[in-house]
Amino acid sequence: MNINGILAIYMFEMSRFRRTLFQSVASPVISTSLYFVVFGSAIGSRIQQIDGISYGSFIVPGLIMLSVLTQSVSNASFGIYFPRFSGTIYEILSAPLSYLEVVLAYVGAAATKSFVLGLLILGTAYFFVDMEIQRPIWMMIFLVLTCTTFSLFGFIIGLWADGFEKLQIIPLLVITPLTFLGGSFYSISMLPPIWQKISMINPVVYLISGFRWSFYGKGDVSVGLSLGMILVFLLICISILSYLFKTGYRLKE
Amino acid sequence: MSILEINQLNKTYSNGFVALKNIDLTINKGEIFALLGPNGAGKTTLISAVCGIVNASSGSILVGGHDNVKNYRDARRMIGLVPQELTTDAFITVWDTIKFSQRLFGADYDPEYLEQILKNLSLWDKKNNQIRTLSGGMKRRVLIAKALSHKPDILFLDEPTAGVDVDLRKDMWDQMRVLRESGVTIILTTHYIEEAEDMADRVGVINGGEIILVEDKKSLMKKMGRKQLTVELKEPLDQLPSGLTDYDVQVQDGTLTYTYDSLREEFGVDDFLCTLHDAGLKYKDVQTRQSSLEEIFVELVKR
Ligand SMILES: Nc1ncnc2c1ncn2[C@@H]1O[C@H](COP(=O)(O)OP(=O)(O)OP(=O)(O)O)[C@@H](O)[C@H]1O
Ligand SMILES: [Mg+2]
Repeated sequence: MNINGILAIYMFEMSRFRRTLFQSVASPVISTSLYFVVFGSAIGSRIQQIDGISYGSFIVPGLIMLSVLTQSVSNASFGIYFPRFSGTIYEILSAPLSYLEVVLAYVGAAATKSFVLGLLILGTAYFFVDMEIQRPIWMMIFLVLTCTTFSLFGFIIGLWADGFEKLQIIPLLVITPLTFLGGSFYSISMLPPIWQKISMINPVVYLISGFRWSFYGKGDVSVGLSLGMILVFLLICISILSYLFKTGYRLKE
Repeated sequence: MSILEINQLNKTYSNGFVALKNIDLTINKGEIFALLGPNGAGKTTLISAVCGIVNASSGSILVGGHDNVKNYRDARRMIGLVPQELTTDAFITVWDTIKFSQRLFGADYDPEYLEQILKNLSLWDKKNNQIRTLSGGMKRRVLIAKALSHKPDILFLDEPTAGVDVDLRKDMWDQMRVLRESGVTIILTTHYIEEAEDMADRVGVINGGEIILVEDKKSLMKKMGRKQLTVELKEPLDQLPSGLTDYDVQVQDGTLTYTYDSLREEFGVDDFLCTLHDAGLKYKDVQTRQSSLEEIFVELVKR
């Protein structure tokens, strides 16, 4: 195992985060604050409580997920796409590192960033709403699993993309809509029955539901199902990646 | 002793293009090997296959006895690569980038060694500069520093001197010689043939994906490198003086043309001119010309 090599890539990726610390921190904090102002205060005051939780508090887990999902995907996809694009990937490919180690470094860095981001948004939320986290350990587990899974997913997109547009298309066309429709801002039970059924094919529903359960003890689906779905998605990403690596897909001719 | 063994290597790119055909090549430990060939001959492809950047279609590559696929960690640790393209990060500093390379290859951070590399490559005063603020030639040297950061046994230089000015190029070659002294094997490609002629112990010529020749540089020059001495005489000559019959000489009116091996000591220029003098021949002008490696190379590739 080439620990030095893994750390070198990890630190390199994190240094980009540090260099742009202000943007990295400011933009999620500002956008979350805006959500709270608009949805929490302006609109939320006219919405009755959901499951006995004030609307402002209700949307916190969904908001965190919204940012964590998009950031995981975009960080990880950019992280591997950029060296492919600029050509500096030659050094990674010629280094004594296994593919697993390369993934560990890139995905680890991307997941760390979105994890920090998730905590930042949580901290910001404290300023706006009252909330309690009933199961902090589970909250952390869900957060870490989500960061990891979606960073893996982002890494796959970064391998697949052959242009900057493609990098943006998936977060824009897939992640954001699925998150908005996945119950970030409402409970699935508020939907007409037919839409409730349709929502069940949206994987993000399970993520948000499980995450919300760790906060308030209630979710749209059972917590076991949530956890199961995340693990399934994690496994799918790992299998796709290991299949891609067998062929050297998009990394090696 | 060999340090790199390439056996029956073939590479077909995914678009069907056959870039390497049955390459067999053995590189000796501690030598400087120049790989020459026209654009598109397959030099970069060959280097990339050895370094693990492209997958070979068939054949095997042993680096210091380690198979570069099965035993890629040991194989790759031995190799440093300076790529042909100037591919560097932009915002990271020179120091950080060579530190990155050192650790990427599994070595521990060794600031003294890195300092020495930067000083040798005249980059020490730029160590805190972001790479984007460097000139092209400086970036090239940063790539060399990165390749050396983990103390490789084999250094691949894919056109290392493209864009480096004459002074620094000389410096660079001096350092390459020092590296070679320390036991590093150097494999380079270049389009400056004088450079290969100057530096290399052996020369390989690749064309159309095939190695068409591998020779000791000296014997190559000897075999194919001929020198000609042209002497313009003051008075025309009808018959060759007896002392000159041993030499390979042609007479045409007032001009004598003597063809000789550039590396042969006996029957050298000195002897020849002495013989002319002894024969009482007076001359107006003397010229020599040598077939360079470049001519040899062009001739080979044309065939
Ligand atoms: N990724 C690729 N896909 C298809 N063909 C390729 C690819 N890379 C290189 N080739 C082809 O393989 C051949 C050899 O290319 P290579 O880069 O090895 O040449 P080279 O000898 O290094 O040339 P140069 O002196 O210009 O650097 C060329 O004809 C090139 O077009
Ligand atoms: Mg080339």
